[in-house]
Amino acid sequence: MRMIRDRLVACLLALGLMLAALPANAQSFQEGLEKFTTDSFGDTDDGITAVATSGHAQAGPVILALQEGRLAYDPASKRVFIKTASAVIDAATGQPAASVPADLKTVRLNNRVRRSIEAAIGGLNLLSPDAGKRLAAALAVFKSHEAAALPALNTAIGKEGEARIKRALEEARASVLIFKSDAPETDRLDAISTLRARGDQEALALLAGLPADAPANLKKSAQDAITSIQNNLAIWASVQNAWYGLSLGSVLLLAAIGLAITFGVMGVINMAHGEMVMIGAYVTFAVQETIRTYNPGLFDYSLLMAVPLAFLVSGAIGILIERSVIRFLYGRPLETLLATWGISLILQQAVRTMFGPTNREVGNPSWMSGAFEIGQITITYNRLWIIVFTIAVFVGLLALLRLTPIGLQMRAVTQNRSMASSMGIRTSSVDALTFGLGSGIAGIAGVALSQIDNVSPNLGQGYIIDSFLVVVFGGVGNLWGTLVGALSLGIANKFLEPFAGAVLGKIVILVMIILFIQKRPRGLFALKGRAVEA
Amino acid sequence: MESRTTTSLLYLDGVTVSFDGFRALNNLSLAIEDGEMRAIIGPNGAGKTTMMDVITGKTRPDLGDAVFAGSYDLTTLDETEIARLGIGRKFQKPTVFDMHSVEDNLLLALAEDRSARAALVWQENEHASRRIDSILDTIRLKPARSRLAGSLSHGQKQWLEIGMLLAQEPKLLLVDEPVAGMTDVETQQTAELLKEINKTKTVVVVEHDMHFVRELGVKVTCLHEGSVLAEGTIDQVSQNDRVVEVYLGR
Amino acid sequence: MIAGPLIRSLDRGATIFLTICAAATILIPALNLLTPESFFLHVPTYLVALFGKYVCYAILALSIDLIWGYCGILSLGHGAFFALGGYAMGMYLMRQIGTRGVYADPIRPDFMVFLNWPELPVYWYGFNYFAYAAVMILLVPGLLAFVFGWFAFRSRVTGVYLSIITQAMTFALTLAFFRNNFGFGGNNGLTDFKDILGFNVQAQATRASLFAASVIALAICFVICRAVVTSKFGKVLVAIRDAESRTRFLGYRVESYKLFVFTLSACMAGVAGALYVPQVGIINPSEFAPANSIEAVIWVAVGGRGTLTGAVLGAILVNYAKTTFTSGMLAPYWLFMLGAMFVLVTLFLPRGIIGTWRHWNAERQAKLSAAREDGAAVGEPTARPAE
Repeated sequence: MRMIRDRLVACLLALGLMLAALPANAQSFQEGLEKFTTDSFGDTDDGITAVATSGHAQAGPVILALQEGRLAYDPASKRVFIKTASAVIDAATGQPAASVPADLKTVRLNNRVRRSIEAAIGGLNLLSPDAGKRLAAALAVFKSHEAAALPALNTAIGKEGEARIKRALEEARASVLIFKSDAPETDRLDAISTLRARGDQEALALLAGLPADAPANLKKSAQDAITSIQNNLAIWASVQNAWYGLSLGSVLLLAAIGLAITFGVMGVINMAHGEMVMIGAYVTFAVQETIRTYNPGLFDYSLLMAVPLAFLVSGAIGILIERSVIRFLYGRPLETLLATWGISLILQQAVRTMFGPTNREVGNPSWMSGAFEIGQITITYNRLWIIVFTIAVFVGLLALLRLTPIGLQMRAVTQNRSMASSMGIRTSSVDALTFGLGSGIAGIAGVALSQIDNVSPNLGQGYIIDSFLVVVFGGVGNLWGTLVGALSLGIANKFLEPFAGAVLGKIVILVMIILFIQKRPRGLFALKGRAVEA
Repeated sequence: MESRTTTSLLYLDGVTVSFDGFRALNNLSLAIEDGEMRAIIGPNGAGKTTMMDVITGKTRPDLGDAVFAGSYDLTTLDETEIARLGIGRKFQKPTVFDMHSVEDNLLLALAEDRSARAALVWQENEHASRRIDSILDTIRLKPARSRLAGSLSHGQKQWLEIGMLLAQEPKLLLVDEPVAGMTDVETQQTAELLKEINKTKTVVVVEHDMHFVRELGVKVTCLHEGSVLAEGTIDQVSQNDRVVEVYLGR
Repeated sequence: MIAGPLIRSLDRGATIFLTICAAATILIPALNLLTPESFFLHVPTYLVALFGKYVCYAILALSIDLIWGYCGILSLGHGAFFALGGYAMGMYLMRQIGTRGVYADPIRPDFMVFLNWPELPVYWYGFNYFAYAAVMILLVPGLLAFVFGWFAFRSRVTGVYLSIITQAMTFALTLAFFRNNFGFGGNNGLTDFKDILGFNVQAQATRASLFAASVIALAICFVICRAVVTSKFGKVLVAIRDAESRTRFLGYRVESYKLFVFTLSACMAGVAGALYVPQVGIINPSEFAPANSIEAVIWVAVGGRGTLTGAVLGAILVNYAKTTFTSGMLAPYWLFMLGAMFVLVTLFLPRGIIGTWRHWNAERQAKLSAAREDGAAVGEPTARPAE
C-alpha cells in the first residue's frame, strides 16, 4: 500500500511540476535518475515516473535501457549509465561516458517495475510526434489503465491537436481515473461519463471494475452508465445479429434464387442444383488459377471474369441436363427428383476426379478483403459485396422476367403451356432456356460462395436442402417469396444462435420450417385459386 | 352460425368465394329439394365447378351457408365427412382409379365401413359381389369387369364413374358434365340412366349440352358470374333474354 | 380374421420368395458353421455378415416400397427410421459392455465417462434389458413417424413437398446426433460392442444366427406387407397413390390410411436398422445422412416399385454391385455408376426389373387371350393380380 501511495504522490508531484514549468523537467529527470541508484524497487518505480514525465530527450533511451536490463549505476557516484554492445553511455547526457567506474551495478527489475516501464513507454509514446504511435499508446494505456501514465496523459491531452487521438487519450485518462480513489470526485465523474460515451464492452468492463470503496454517488453514476451501455450494447448486438442474418440470408437467397426458377417457376425438382453452385465455384477457381499463371496483375478482376463464365458453364450444363434427362420426366416430379439426384452424384464425382477431393484455394481479391467498423459492429467487405451482389442478381432476374421478350415467353409457358404453344412459342426451347437460366444463376451464386465457403466437390450438398426449404417456405413460384423466405430464415437463424448455439439453432429452424410447411403447405406467399390445382 | 331449418336437401344461401380478388361465386343461393333432379347450366367461369367444390368441401366459402339435409353445415366439414353424409360427386374429367380393375373401382366405392381398420380385415362377401354385379349390369360394363380402368374408353370411364357414384349409395349425386365426349347414343343412354337414378335419389347435373338438358326435362338453373341468372323449365330459361345474351347466344 | 388375409397374400411368387428365405435361413448358416473351410460350398464368415447386411437393406427397401410403391409417399427420410432402430439396438449393446469398456464403468458407456457425465441420462434407462430395447426399436421410429405423419398428412403435404420435409427431418436428426451433448456418442456413435443376449457378437455362430434372424425378419415383413397390400386396405392405398382427392370424395379418410402405412413402414425400417447394427458393429450419425435415404429409394426403383419382391431384389443387387465395385480398382467410378443408375432407371426402366418382367408377361398373356377370343381387338392388359 505504501508503495502505491508513494508512487501516486510522486505522480502528482510530477504532474504538479510539469504543470508548473518546463524548466523543472531537467531537474525532475535528474532526480529520477538518482532514484535508480538506491537499489530499491520502490525508488526505481518512482524514478521511472519522474524520468518518463520529464520530457527530457534522454527519457526514452533510459526507460528502454531499463526495460532491457542495460541500465546500470555506480553506487558510489550515484551516476547512471546505459550499457550498449559497444560502449557505455552516460544516461544524463547521452554521450559516451568519459570514465566508467569499475563496479557498475545493473538496476534490478521486478514485475511491478516492469509494468511501470511498460506504462512509461506508453506515456513516452503519448508525446511522440508520430500520430499513429500516439494513438497506439493511448489505446495501450486504456487497456492497462496504469496510473503512472496519468501525468503523461494530461500533458498529451493538452497538446493533442487531432480530435480522434484526443478522444482516445481522454478515454485512456478516464480508464485511469476511475480506479484512482484519491482523484477529485468531479474528475472521476467526468471519467465515468467519458466511458459511458464510449459505450463498448471494454468501457463496460472498466465501469464494472469500479472499486467497491468508491463514494456512493460515483457508484450510482457508474451503475447508470453500465445500464445505459448495456442497453446500447444490446441494441448493437441486435444490429450485429441482423447484419449476420442479412448476410446469411443473402447467401441463402443466392443459393435458392436459381432454384426459385427451376423449381418455383418450372416445377422441376432439381437435386443437382447444389452442384451447379459447386461448378460455379470451381469455375472461379479455374479462372484464378489461369490468372495466377499468366497474369497475376489481373487477380483483382478474377471474379468479374468468373461471373459470366460461371453463368455460361453452369447454364450450359443445365441445358444439357434438361435436354437429355429432365424433359422426358415433365409431370413426374418424384422421378425427376431421383434422376437429378443421380446427376448430382455424377457431377460431384466428375469434379472430384478432375480437381481432387480436397478443398481448393480460392482467394479474395483485394477489394473483398478486410473490414470496417460502424458503431460497435465490424463489417467485412466480402459479406458486404455478397449482399450487394445478391441484390443485383435478384433485381437483374426480376428485370429479365418482367421486361425482356424471353422473360415474357418463360412466364407464358409456365402459366399456360398449350396456349403459349399455340401462340407460336417454341415451348421446348423455352423450357431449356429457363432451366439454363436457373442453372446459370446457380453458377453465379457459386462464384460468390467461393469467397466465403470451402470450394470442394461437396460444396453444393450443403446448400441443397436449405435452398429447397427457402423456396418452399417463401412460396413456390414467387420470387419475392423466395427473397422474404431467405432473409427471414437467415435472420431467424442468427438470432437463435446466441441462445441455442449454431447446431441446435439450425435444428430449431428446420423443425420450425417443417411445422410451418405443414401448417401452410404452399408457403408464405401462396398462389390461390384454380391455378394451384393444375 | 345459426342453424336454419329448411326442408330442402341442399340449401345454399349467399355463398361467396373469391380467388385473389376474382369472385368465382357471388352471393349464390340455391335450394334443391329431396328427390329432385336439377340441371345447372351456364357459360365457362360461371362458377359451376366452384359451386360443386363448395358443396363437397373442397373449397371453403368466404361468406354464406351451405346446409345439407336441414342440419349439416357443409362449410365446416371436410371432403371425407361430406362424402360420408351421402353426397357423391362425379368429376368433369372422369377420374377413376386407372391401376385398379373395373370391379375393384366399384368395390372401393361400395357403401361400406370406410375406416382403415375395416379395410385391413375386409373379406370378400356375397352381398358386395351381388351389388357389384348389379351395378355392372346397370352401367353395361360387365364384360370389362377385370380390365384395368385405365384401359377403358372415355365414355366407359364416364359410365364407370357413374357406377361408382351408384355404389356409394349417396342421397345426393353431383354430376359434372356426364356426357362430355360421348356419342349421341351414349348421351341418350346416359340421360335414361340419370332419370332412372333420380327415381330414388336427388341429382344435380352440370352440363353444357342443351340437348341433353332438354332430354332430362327437369328444372334448370342458369349461373352467370357466380350467381343465379335464371331458374325454371328449360323453355322458360332458354327464352330468358339475359340467358340468351350471356350464354346461349342469339 | 387373420388367416384369410394371410392365405390370400400367398400367391405363387410369394411362396417362391418365402421358400428362398427359408432355404437361405438354413443353408447359409449351415454351410458357414458345419462345413470345413476347404469345402467348395463353404461360406466364409465375412460373407455371412455381408449377406446379413444386404438382408437388412432389403427390409429397409421393403418398407420404402410399401409407402412409395403402393401409396405414392416418397420418403427421403427412411434412413432416419433405420438409424433410430439401429441406435436403439446400439444402446442395448452398449449397456451389455459393462465393465469391459476402456474406463470399466459398470453403468455408463465409455463416451459418457470420457465426457464426464456424472450419471446415465434417463433416456438410457432400461436399455440394459433386451425386451425393453426391442420395444423401443419399434416404438421410437414408429412414434416419430406417427407424429411426423400426423402433422404432414393432416395438412395434406404431398408429393415432392413431403419428400423435401422428410429430407429436412433426416438432416435435422443428423445434426442432432452429431452433437456430443445429445447423449448418443456424438460423431463416433456407438461401437465396440461385446455381447448380444449373452453371446459374443464377433463369434461365428452369433453372426450366423444374426443372419438367420435377419432373413426371418425379412420374411415376416414380407408377409405383413403382402397381407396389407392384398387387402382392401391395399386397394385403397393404390387408389390414394393414383387419385388422392378422388379417394377423399369417396369418403375415405386418406390421412388415416397414410398414417397407418407410414408408421408401419417406419417400424419395419427400425427393425432393419436394429438387425444391421450388431452385424456391422457400429452405428454413428452418418447413417442419418440424407444421401443414404435417397440411395435406398433407388434400390426400390431398380427392383421395381409396387412389387415387393422387386424391392428386395433391388436392394440386394445394388448393394452387391456396390460391394463389388467399391472394393476394386473401379472404386472411383462407383459414384458414376450409381448416378447413372438413378438416371437410367427413371428414364428407361420406370417399372424396375420385376415390374417390367411382370408387364411383359401380362402383355403376352393378353395377346394370347386376345388371339384365342378370335378377332377381338388387340387386348388391353388385364389387371395384374394385385400384389
